[in-house]
Amino acid sequence: MSRQAGRGTESKKMNSELFTLTYGALVTQLCKDYENDEDVNKQLDKMGYNIGVRLIEDFLARSNVGRCHDFRETADVIAKIAFKMYLGITPSITNWSPAGDEFSLILENNPLVDFVELPDNHSSLIYSNLLCGVLRGALEMVQMAVDVKFVQDTLKGDSVTEIRMKFIRRIEDNLPAGEE
Amino acid sequence: MADEALFLLLHNEMVAGLYRAAEQGEGENGRCITKLENMGFRVGQGLIERFTKDTARFKDELDIMKFICKDFWTTVFKKQIDNLRTNHQGIYVLQDNKFRLLMQMSAGKQYLEHAPKYLAFTCGLIRGGLSNLGIKSIVTAEVSTMPACKFQVMIQKM
Repeated sequence: MSRQAGRGTESKKMNSELFTLTYGALVTQLCKDYENDEDVNKQLDKMGYNIGVRLIEDFLARSNVGRCHDFRETADVIAKIAFKMYLGITPSITNWSPAGDEFSLILENNPLVDFVELPDNHSSLIYSNLLCGVLRGALEMVQMAVDVKFVQDTLKGDSVTEIRMKFIRRIEDNLPAGEE
Repeated sequence: MADEALFLLLHNEMVAGLYRAAEQGEGENGRCITKLENMGFRVGQGLIERFTKDTARFKDELDIMKFICKDFWTTVFKKQIDNLRTNHQGIYVLQDNKFRLLMQMSAGKQYLEHAPKYLAFTCGLIRGGLSNLGIKSIVTAEVSTMPACKFQVMIQKM
């Protein structure tokens, strides 16, 4: 029964391939549905946002991390815990702005693009834009407004994938009138 | 590694996103089901190819169906199909009593009418997988009580 052999280790990998392939099918479908790449990027970001606002609960429940005291700590948690937990990679954190409100996540390999090649007519498609939405959505749920965008992408010929994150402001809780 | 929560969230958002887009613009419900099914088909094709690359050759159709019910289902949905039935004339019914993609929904009758949206992708997944193993089929799904569901596979003879 060679079919049964070595399935335990395989299945973890298969699970990540399921996600990668599903994401690929989604992007393909969106490219068919929308005429220009900008609209696809926007749609991916929006879907990512919706995933992010839910993902954060799952993350907090599983990871047991507490409150972050500054943006540097947030960066660490994102790179070392969140990315590791969900995508199995640990991006490095670099290029801090002097004010400490902006940094880059460098992804040496991006699991989302494992089987992907961009055709020539989609030069402005940001394939992994879902990630930006996820990060933005998740952080918004912990009172942080951030701006997230891709500045380098291996799909476009860059040597690494770089996501730039900028802290905008703390979102204050507005308690409804009459509540304490 | 890519936690399965991520797949569940992505799948939910895919369904929601497609329907949101259809509501705002053109297109009706039927189109969304077709799109989801097609996406599943592509994923199924890709997955089965990766999955069977080191396995022994299948004996027959039933052997392939068993593989789908056990190994394939376990990888994707973390459990096996609970019951496989066939009339030995090309119709197979795969029953899952706790289908993963319906588990997060209320088990009552309230959302029963929305269930087909969440099954279309999986129908495509089965059809795509079978197609790459050389079997042409039509796959439909039905739910009578959540979260149990049945997938009916009708083999198309070439």
